Formats: sequence, C-alpha cells, structure tokens
Amino acid sequence: MPSPTDTTQRSATISVLVDNESGVLARVIGLFSGRGYNIDSLTVAPVDAAGMHSRINIVTSGTSMVIEQIKAQLDRLVPVHRVADLTMDGPHVARELALIKVVGTGEQRVEAMRIADTFRARVVDTTLGSFVFELTGATEKIDAFIELMRDLGLAEVSRSGIAALARGTRVI
Amino acid sequence: MSAEHTQSGAEILLRALKDQGVEVIFGYPGGAVLPIYDALFNQNAIRHILVRHEQAAVHAAEGYARSTGRVGVVLVTSGPGATNAVTGLVDALMDSIPVVCLTGQVPTHLIGNDAFQEADTTGITRPATKHNYLVKRPEDLARVVHEAFYVARSGRPGPVVIDLPKDIVINKAPYAEPTVQHPSYRPRTEPDLGQIAKAVALLKQAKRPMIYAGGGDITAGPAGTEALTKLARLTGFPVTNTLMGLGCYPASDPQFLGMLGMHGTYEANLAMHGCDVLLAVGARFDDRVTGRLNAFSQGSRKIHIDIDGSSINKNVPVEVPIIADAGKALNALIAAWQASDEPTDKPALASWWRQIDEWKAKDSLKFTQDMKRGGIIKPQYAIQRLFEITRARGRETFITTEVGQHQMWAAQHFHFDKPNHWMTSGGLGTMGYGLPAAMGVQIAHPDALVVDIAGEASILMNIQEMGTLAQYRLPVKVFILNNQYMGMVRQWQELLHGSRYSETYSSALPDFVKLADSFHATGMRAQSVDELDDVINAMLDCPTAVIADIAVDQAENCFPMIPSGAAHNEMLLGPEHEASGAGITDAGLALV
Ligand SMILES: Cc1ncc(C[n+]2csc(CCOP(=O)(O)OP(=O)(O)O)c2C)c(N)n1
Ligand SMILES: [Mg+2]
Repeated sequence: MPSPTDTTQRSATISVLVDNESGVLARVIGLFSGRGYNIDSLTVAPVDAAGMHSRINIVTSGTSMVIEQIKAQLDRLVPVHRVADLTMDGPHVARELALIKVVGTGEQRVEAMRIADTFRARVVDTTLGSFVFELTGATEKIDAFIELMRDLGLAEVSRSGIAALARGTRVI
Repeated sequence: MSAEHTQSGAEILLRALKDQGVEVIFGYPGGAVLPIYDALFNQNAIRHILVRHEQAAVHAAEGYARSTGRVGVVLVTSGPGATNAVTGLVDALMDSIPVVCLTGQVPTHLIGNDAFQEADTTGITRPATKHNYLVKRPEDLARVVHEAFYVARSGRPGPVVIDLPKDIVINKAPYAEPTVQHPSYRPRTEPDLGQIAKAVALLKQAKRPMIYAGGGDITAGPAGTEALTKLARLTGFPVTNTLMGLGCYPASDPQFLGMLGMHGTYEANLAMHGCDVLLAVGARFDDRVTGRLNAFSQGSRKIHIDIDGSSINKNVPVEVPIIADAGKALNALIAAWQASDEPTDKPALASWWRQIDEWKAKDSLKFTQDMKRGGIIKPQYAIQRLFEITRARGRETFITTEVGQHQMWAAQHFHFDKPNHWMTSGGLGTMGYGLPAAMGVQIAHPDALVVDIAGEASILMNIQEMGTLAQYRLPVKVFILNNQYMGMVRQWQELLHGSRYSETYSSALPDFVKLADSFHATGMRAQSVDELDDVINAMLDCPTAVIADIAVDQAENCFPMIPSGAAHNEMLLGPEHEASGAGITDAGLALV
C-alpha cells in the first residue's frame, strides 16, 4: 500500500505496449500533461514486424503513490496492452543513443578524439573542423561524455531518450 | 470502393447502430452530416430526436443512458456542432455515463486545411472522452462503431466520439458484424478471491463498520444494487451513498444514513469519520466526499471495490483493493461471509448503532417552515412536498436536477428506493444538465413522471430545450426553486467572502409562466406556502410540459456543510454555526 505521506520522489522507467494507431502518443502525452506528471524521457517506435504494436518507454518521477497512479492511468487507456514498471519489477537495462557535434581544431580536437576513444564513441561524420560522435549507453555515461566535451568545442547534441528492457527471461 | 459494396457509409453506420440495439439518437444536423440525415430519412428503425443545442443532445443521451442502463447516442455536425457537445462529453466522462457521440467532419482530403466548419474534433475531445476515433477508411467504419459501443459500456463506462469525414459516409463501405473481443481493452470484472477473503476477515472483525457506495454500484446494474442490499442485511452494517449513488440502496431502509460529503447528513459524515472498517463500493473518494484528506476517516482500515484500478489509491490509500465489477465483488463477499464461521462482534456493532442513532437524533436536515397563510416557502419544504405528493400518487417518478443549492436539497429531501431514478451532474456540476437530461429520460420512459428540480439561474442555460419538449410532446415538469440568486455561489460568498454578493443576483429574470406559454407548455407559480400543494398537484395533473415557478426563501443556505478544507467532524450544522466560520482556513479558501 503506497503511503500518501511518503513524499520521497523516485524515478521510474515505465514501458507501455500500445496499438500502433494514430493519436496513441498524444493520448499518453496528454495524460501526463493533463494530470501534471513529469516526463524526463520518452521514446516510441513500432516493435513488431507487422508494425501493429509500438513500445513507449517513459522515464518519469514522483512519489510512489503518484507513480502507481500513472501506471493505473496508462493501463486504462483503450489502446494500451500492457504497462510495466521496469524500475520496480526487477533489474533492467536502459540505453540511449546520442549524436554529439564538437567543433574545434588543434589540440582541442585531438583531446576530443582521445576521450571519444575511451568512451567507445564512434565518429559518424568528420570535417577538418568538426566531429559528430555517436555514443550509446546509460544516460549517466552520455551525460558524462557531454560534460567533458563542453570545454572541447561542444556545439550540438541530439539524444534519443532511453530504450529499456527487463534483464533475464522476463518480458512485458 | 469496389463495386461489391452496395451500401453507403451512412447506411452502414445506421445498420451498425441498429445491430447495437440503438432505438433513439439525439442530434442536430449540419453540412458534414447531411448524408447521415439523408439515410435517417429513409428508414424507420431508429428514431431521431431533434434537440435545440448540441450540449443538450449529450445530456439527453446521458439521461436516457442513466435511466435505462443502455448506451445513449448523439449525432452532431462538424466544427461548432462538435465543440458545442464538449461540455456534455466531459460531463459524461466525469460521471462514467456510456454515450457514443457521432460527429461530422470535413472530407478526409480537407482535414488540416482549416476548411469551413473544420475543428480538430479528435484533438479537442481526447481528454473529454474515454476514447475517440477518426474513421479514415470505409472498411474501418462498421468495426469502429461496434468497438465504440463496447468501449463506452464496458469497464468504467464513458463517452466515446466517432469522427466521421463526409466522404466516408458518402462512399460505399463494407459491413462487419458486431465484434466480440477488443484487441487490448478487456477490463477485469472478476474479483480476486484472495482479496475477497482478506476483506471478509476485516469486515468480520469490525467494531464500527461502514459501507460507502457510489455510482459504480448503479453502473453494475441490478446485480450490483441487489447484492449491496443483501450484504447490508446480512451484516447489519450502516450504509451511506454518494450523490451519484443515491438509489443504489433504499433510502427508506433503517440502515441507510443518507448522503455523505459536503452537504451530507451529520450521521453519515461522523460515521465515516469514526468507523474502524470502511467498505467503499464503486465510489471514488472525491474531494466533495472526503473533505480535508489528512483528516479523512483516519482510524479505518479500508476495502475498495472499483472496476477502475486508477480510482483505487488515488486520493486515499486502501488496504484491500478489489478491482472488479461491483455486483460480482459484492456477491463474492456475500458468499465468503456466509462460508466463514468467524464470529462478528455483536455488542460492538450494537453500541456503534447506538452512537449512530445519537447522531441521527440531531436531525441535521431539519428546517422550519412557516405554515401561516402567506408564509415564505422554504426550498427544502417545496422538495419535501414534491416527494410526499408524488410518492402518495404512486407513479413511477424520475428526478433530474440542475446544479446549485436546489440540487443538494433535492439530494437531501427527495428519497430514492430504487436505482436509475435520480440523474444529476455530479463530477462536473454542469448547470443546464437537468432539463435536457429529463428530456432523455422521458423519451425512454414515456409514461413515467419526469421532474427537473431546477434553479432559476441554471434553467436558463438550456432553456431552449422547451422547444424540443413541445415538438415531441414530452410532458417533463420543470420545478424551479426560484430564490433569485445563484444560491450556491451566494452561500459561499456569505460564508467565505464577507457577504459580498458579487454578480450572483439573478437580475432581469424572465416571467417563467409566460415563457412556458410561449413554448407551448403550461406555466404556474407558487408565491407562498398556502399555494404550494395546489401548484404541485396541478403540475402533476397537467398533460403537457410544465414550468412551475416556486418562489422560495432567498436567504436560505444549504446545511449541513463541510466547508472546503475542513474535516468531517468540523461540519457546519446551520446558520447558528456559520458566523463562527468554523473550520475554514486560508488553504480551504483556495479550494473549490
Ligand atoms: C456551467 C456552469 N457555470 C457555473 C457554475 C458555477 N455555479 C455552481 S452553482 C451556481 C448557481 C446556480 O444557481 P441556481 O441555478 O439559481 O441554483 P441555486 O443554487 O440558487 O439553487 C453556479 C453559478 C456551474 N456549476 N456550471
Ligand atoms: Mg437560484
């Protein structure tokens, strides 16, 4: 039983399996904005060959009572098949992809390349004055990389938001 | 579409409606729905009731649905037709009323072009409905209609919009038989028996039990309401109802404590406050019921039956959640209670009833009526007489209301022994609900007495529906408690805003008798207490629609009252309490 007096905030990674129909993302987002819930990250894409179902991954935060409420509200949307709280249901892996543009020359450029190597970032575009790095990993790893690039000519960042799955044999 | 399909989308639509058992549509025509109106013209199976405003079409469908347990159907045109319907849709959403609303739309190739009478209806109604559809392909049409009815009536019911582009209803389309299963939406209706066992264990131990039942028990149908009565008899526990739940338990039963909440009875609210085990059935711990949350029924262990999992643990944490249909859950509780040989605490229950009877003796709904000739009519007395006279006449009676003090007095002083006979706008509190809702009820029950208990301000919000009453000869009775104020707002201004009656006086009112006359109805008026019974009797005898304008005490306030932000045991019982402003905090002032 979640307690209403428990005001500690927790972060939750919630995966939602939905019918891949028009308006379904608007319904989910509308639920969050209409009820004042947070969205820290959101990804959506079809996940079966026929394109019938999509998986929406949402990172949100709130008290445990609010998070239970978010799950219940998502669950009663008509096109929603399943809702899973990956944070509560056991260990899970969460990854995101980022493209990071770094502009610079000389020693800065060399240093950026060196750090990219240690992070196992790939170079997906290069000119004499710029790199675009591709990096996948946990959110904290990407945050750390971007932080390091700040002094080395960081120009632009594009991030996917997280994709997540439960560890082991469990599926949602 | 290929040549093998011989019917237009409009004809397919009507065929699907017919297969869903639809007999009546409440609607209003326009350009985008002309092909549907053309198809309606060519058939006799479905009756169309032409309203005078699209909001009223939805409220009429709600009245129809609530008094029959069936899905109400609405048909409106694109753009303004659809936007006018939005208030009705939100009303149905808040009160969980099954409605399917068909909206016209500009042809598919014009969608997004700001075409004439285009509105983003699915966008606008997304948060106003349980679900909505835009039909983009003729082959989806029949399936979507069947699905919409399934979604509207199953689980926690609600309104569903189907947006129909004009080309979709003109072009030929294939038919599909009603679907049985929805791919993703399959609400759980059977209770978990482990939870039922936990609930029975709690109920058996109870020393100060309380049953709190709401609209969900009525939605569950006769199985829900009969099981509730049976469980109450079996256990001997006291029962209270929410505004939405009135009628789900017989008001004349000695175990009934009346309505609870902001304007509930003293005994119902104190019993909620003091109980040790609380069984909630199809009720959602709404703020009008709980008062200040951190003071709400603090000492009780709570069991909550609801078909909507998101209603459980939303405002109030409960120990035993039971996600199920109320009828099924209650019947499972009854079976488990009967199977258990666990004893109950009879002496504790007896002393709990003695306590409740003491609270009852306060007679918190009392009022004083000056019976002298020329005496000013108390609004409570007008409703009491309406109740007594209709009951004595024995005719099946349905009551709808507008929103305000009159609504609360109706809930307090008109007593319902059966479900589905009381329709009021609970969650949204929509002024203008009562008259069109009464219209829908009268369509469904042509021989019954249907009375809209109204306020003089609310009634003007959908007064145009007097025209619909005239056209279809619907003998709805509009019983106006005319206090010349937006009384409920005036009451808050008196209690919370230093009696500064800002914009709440009902100036320039129409002459309701003449107004009735001009709409081919019968008008009558009672000015003083000696005229009241005659007017009520004349109204009930009148074969036409009636507006009865009852002049009532302008200063009367609705008590008991739990001010916003106050707790159940901080109730104001009457005028003698109000000067103290008991229980009203600054935080409470900010609440609605
Ligand atoms: C559409 C709408 N607008 C405003 C309100 C706010 N409101 C609640 S009660 C009320 C006054 C109703 O006056 P009347 O119909 O005369 O009823 P009374 O309270 O006097 O019985 C108002 C304005 C509302 N509930 N609905
Ligand atoms: Mg009034």
